[in-house]
Parts: sequence; C-alpha cells; structure tokens
Amino acid sequence: MVMNEILEIIEQDPKKDPSEIALLTGYSEKEVQTRIKELEDSGIIRKYKAVIDWDRVGEEYVYAIIELKITLGDRSGYDTIAHRIASFSEVRSIRLISGDHDLSLTVRGQSMKDVAFFVAEKIATLDQVQSTVTHFVLKTYKEDGVPLFEQEKSRRLAISP
Amino acid sequence: MTYVKKFLSDKIKTVPPSGIRKYFDMVIGMDDVISLGVGEPDFVTPWHIREACIYSLEKGFTSYTSNSGLIELREAISDSFHNDYGVDYNPEDQVLVTTGVSEAADLALRAVVNPGDEVILHEPCYVSYKPSIILSGGTPVPVSTTRDNEFRVSGEQIEAAVTDRTKAIILSYPNNPTGAVMQKQDLEEVADVVMEHDLLVISDEVYDKLTYNGKHTCFSSLNGMEDRTILLNGLSKSHAMTGLRVGYAMGPPGLISAMLLIHQYTMLCAPITAQMGAIEALQNGEAEMQAMVREYNRRRRLFVTGLNRLGLDCFEPRGAFYAFPSVESTGMTSSQFAEELLHQQKVAVVPGEVFGQCGDGFLRCSYASSLDELKTALEKIEEFLS
Repeated sequence: MVMNEILEIIEQDPKKDPSEIALLTGYSEKEVQTRIKELEDSGIIRKYKAVIDWDRVGEEYVYAIIELKITLGDRSGYDTIAHRIASFSEVRSIRLISGDHDLSLTVRGQSMKDVAFFVAEKIATLDQVQSTVTHFVLKTYKEDGVPLFEQEKSRRLAISP
Repeated sequence: MTYVKKFLSDKIKTVPPSGIRKYFDMVIGMDDVISLGVGEPDFVTPWHIREACIYSLEKGFTSYTSNSGLIELREAISDSFHNDYGVDYNPEDQVLVTTGVSEAADLALRAVVNPGDEVILHEPCYVSYKPSIILSGGTPVPVSTTRDNEFRVSGEQIEAAVTDRTKAIILSYPNNPTGAVMQKQDLEEVADVVMEHDLLVISDEVYDKLTYNGKHTCFSSLNGMEDRTILLNGLSKSHAMTGLRVGYAMGPPGLISAMLLIHQYTMLCAPITAQMGAIEALQNGEAEMQAMVREYNRRRRLFVTGLNRLGLDCFEPRGAFYAFPSVESTGMTSSQFAEELLHQQKVAVVPGEVFGQCGDGFLRCSYASSLDELKTALEKIEEFLS
C-alpha cells in the first residue's frame, strides 16, 4: 500500500522530492526515502525518464514498429533471441506478443534508410528470424500514457455551490 | 420591474437570495483567477463514460425513458448499494433516477412536507436545502455545528431542535462545505432520536465515495432506519459527471412512488444520454474513480497541511473535497478575507456564512484542483497574509 502509493506518484512525476511525497502521502520523509531506496535497489523502479515530444524539437528521426516471426533453435527459447535483439541500442522496446508474429520491437533511427538497413543487416540476418514486417511511424499521439496533443481547457465556472 | 413584482407568489418572496451569487459576480470578468471556489471535480468525466454517452447518441437513444429511469441503470444503482453497504433496494419500486441530487432533494421535501412542518438541517450545509424546504411549504430549523465537534451534528442537538411539528431531518455527510464526516456511532445517535420521535431522514450522501481514512456509513444501513430514510446520491462527484445531471433517490416504495408522481409531472425523466453514461460509470468506472479518490487524498494532505502552516486553523476534513479553515487568526471576517484575497491575489474562495450563519469565520476552499494550482494558491495566500 505504501509502496503503490509512492510508485503512483513517482510514475506521474519522477521529479517530486521525498519531502513533497511525504506531504502527499502522510508518511514521514524518512520513511519515503527508505522506501524509494528499497524500490530502486530491488529493481522495481528501473529508471527515471522524461516523456519528450521529439516532433516539437524538430529533430529528424524515424520510428518504426517491427514485427518478427521467430523459429526457435534447438536449445534456446524466446528469451535468448529477445535479449540478443534488445542489446542493439537502436531498439527502444521489445515485446513477446501473441498473434501472427512473435516479437514486436520499436526501433529509432535517423532516417528510413537507416532503419531499413538496420533491419536488413542486423535483424533479418539472425538465424532464428524467419520474417520481418516493418511499419514506419508517421505520428505519435500518445506516449507512455501521456497525450502529445493539446488538451481542452477546463470549462468549470470559478464559483459554484 | 417593480410593476411585474406584483405577480410574484408570496412564497418566492420569502426565499433568500443565494449568498454565493455575489462572489460569482465578482469573479466574472476577472482573468487568471485560481479558483478554490468550485463545488465540482476538476477532472473531466472519464473517457469511457463520455464515449458511452456519444455511442448512445449514435445508436439513436434520444427518447424519453421510463419516469423512474432506465431499468438497467436502476439495477446498477441497486447492485452498487448492495455491494458497498449491504443495503437492498428493489430497482422496480425503490429507486428513482433524477436530474441531479438537487432535484431528488426537492422531490423528497415536496413529497413529505405539509405547510408548517419543520425540517431540521445542520449548518453549514449545501445552499439549496433551506430554500427547498421553504418552497415545499415547510419551516427550516437550522442546527449549528461547530469546529470543536469537527462539524458533526450530535443526537443531542437534534433532540433539542425537535418539536411537535418536526417532520424530517436533512443529513448531508460527507459534508459540503466543511469536509466533515460522521462515523457509524455518530449516526447511530441521530438514529436513536429519529426512532424516538418518529421522524424521517433525508440523507444526501453524494460524497460517499470521497472519504479518506475510513469507509462511509450509509444511513439507511443502520438498524431500523431503512424504512425511515430517503437516501439521495448521484454520480456527479464520484464519477466527475456534474454537468450530466444524474442523481437518484432510494427509499421505501410508498415514499419513492410519491416522489415519482411529482417527478413524472415536472421533470418527466432524467436525460437519456446521461443515464446511458451512468450505466457505464457504475458497471466499469470503479478503477478510474479510485484513482481520482487517491489523487484527491494527496491534494487534501498537501492543502490542509499548507493552510495550517499559514496559521489558518483547519481540522482534518475526512470527506468530499473541501477544506474549511478558520480565519480567526487574521482578524478579518470571512467575507472580508474572501473579497480582499480575490482582489489582491486573484484567488477565489467562498466565505463560510454562505452555507449558514455558523459558517461565519471560516472559508470553503475546494481542493479539487491540480497540485500545482493548489501550491500556487497557498503561495498567494501566504503573500496575502504577509
């Protein structure tokens, strides 16, 4: 309960310091600090990250979602091949999925050519990869729970009973 | 202007104007006001509920519903009370869907009050009870609650207000404007008086889902109270649906049918679009509601601690989304404080006396605003006080 409460706050705003989290939860600052340390040490909190709207920066980049069909080798399972693919810095996320394909990755590169070559040279060449489908991302509307478009302003009256 | 006034009924002339109106007029036209004066959630209705409304329009649900409301909605309401409080209301004849809780309160009063009947209400309280009692032909008998008793009303106080003409008591906990709650034993005291004097209770529990550190007790769940309670509730606060106007009343069939009679000749039915949204809210809205409650709780802690640090003494409100600090330490009256704060710092609050004379000296501050807004508001109040 204490943990979930702290995690919910940090997930929304990793910049909140322990004194404010203490104020918001009613726990002591010391307890909050201890808990956060525990959460970090145990790997429950993996990393503190910002959600950035790169389109606004004007940066040229390309995102692609790539789906892979995998033929498992004799002695290795999905984890082995997934770990291998995950090690490429171009790969932003990788998931084992149900359906027509087995693995789904998101890849970021500087250009379409960049991404296409990465897939052709680094991914498609792996023994276990049977086939690939590449979807280039045209626009991101929501990232990790955060909408990247303007929200309507509140229409509440300033005073109401 | 003076000429047409002769057409007015004698009754309407006795209804006092709403004290909140003055502050509303003051804020109108001011830009960048940080408002703590709002009696509604800052959250927009969760999307799945809005989508259910939109979808219902697409499918052509634009007709009247049964006067009592859609049976699916009444069933969902009935189920939720069974699950939350173990109280059972038959959706066929014990649940009436209304256009907001305000309508339900009006119906309840009009259904039971005879001219001259007295209705006890505890103040400070929501602004519409007193006028509704007057409009129903009754006489409001206010009982003052105090900071010392954390704005709870005691059985003793009610006992002292009872006369031969007392018909009913309006209870409203968790309370707007104070944020006060009543524990089970507090309510049992009231129930004893109700039983002894053969009274009816109209219990407005619209903030029941917004309680912190302890679960709400539904008044009709108390021993012997089911037949003596008209329970009022709605989805405005719990599911951030204020403008959609869905409330409901539950009670003994004999009383609900009388309320239905007035409702069918006046309102006819609650809007179908909102009723469709309400079904979705009750069936699938628990997770988002709980997330909102957790967020209110954080804001509550931050804000109440902040007020106390500034010397605005504030008891711990355990329900709704209001803090009710005292301005005694400032030497100002609450209306002076509210007006000056608005003009100097553009922070809107509502003086407590708007909710009854005994609210004088206090402010109603709604913490249904973002953490950032609340922090800014506290900074501005600090500047105002220095």
